[in-house]
Amino acid sequence: MTDVSGTGKGTAERTAESTRAQPVYIPQADIYETKDALFVSLEMPGANPDAISITLDKRVLAVRGRSVQKRPAGFSPVHAEYREGDYERSFTLSEAIDGDRIEASFKDGILDLKLPKAQPAPAKKIGVKHG
Amino acid sequence: MIRYTPGVDLWGEPLATLRRIQDEINRTFNEPQAPAAEYPALNIWRGEDAVLVTAEVPGVRMEDMELTVHQNTLTIKGKRAPVATEPDVSFHRRERTFGSFARTIALPFNVDPDRVQACAENGVLTITLPRPEAERPRKIQISKA
Repeated sequence: MTDVSGTGKGTAERTAESTRAQPVYIPQADIYETKDALFVSLEMPGANPDAISITLDKRVLAVRGRSVQKRPAGFSPVHAEYREGDYERSFTLSEAIDGDRIEASFKDGILDLKLPKAQPAPAKKIGVKHG
Repeated sequence: MIRYTPGVDLWGEPLATLRRIQDEINRTFNEPQAPAAEYPALNIWRGEDAVLVTAEVPGVRMEDMELTVHQNTLTIKGKRAPVATEPDVSFHRRERTFGSFARTIALPFNVDPDRVQACAENGVLTITLPRPEAERPRKIQISKA
């Protein structure tokens, strides 16, 4: 009942309520892979880049942010289609990622992540002993 | 006779459930919320001498956007570019939409097209549309008879 869905931005279904009476948005994502990295772009309009948190725990990549609206002084809202809220989304990665070399940048409301794949351990040949 | 209903503590707080429902209803109706059918999603603010329109346009470059103002209408046109990729990639997810968009809205009053200002920050476009000097409401002094 309290969920709001804006254009394209889905709202998360949560089992536990958040302490703020604000919607939690699932940012829309583009994810693609090249030979040596995984690229993730997330739409997070209005998010403050300094307050975006990106964590990689084992194979779960979690992104959180919050969109903040400026309340202009002397103006009153007459029409609203989106409102402030939290952005939250996490992905389970299928491949091992080199956590130390993750790059993140935020431009025009898009968070771009580059997740370099971990170098595979060199192949080892195992000899079989004759019994 | 009172039937036992699990989950409702009749003796502790008889009106707690009602109050909670009332809170939910108030929350839903007090916040102006029109679902966005069109892109981009807009919020409109009204001041005494200007209208402020904010639009969520993540990933749209300023040079790909065009604003037109005529009397009391504002048109936002633009293009969302697809994510730039190298040729040899495989997509896991492609949820973001791209292509051109246009949206026209009616403003609460006529605006001065020469003094319209727009700026973008973190994917949110803010357009300030001032009212023409001649059309501003004026205070009339009542003279004593």
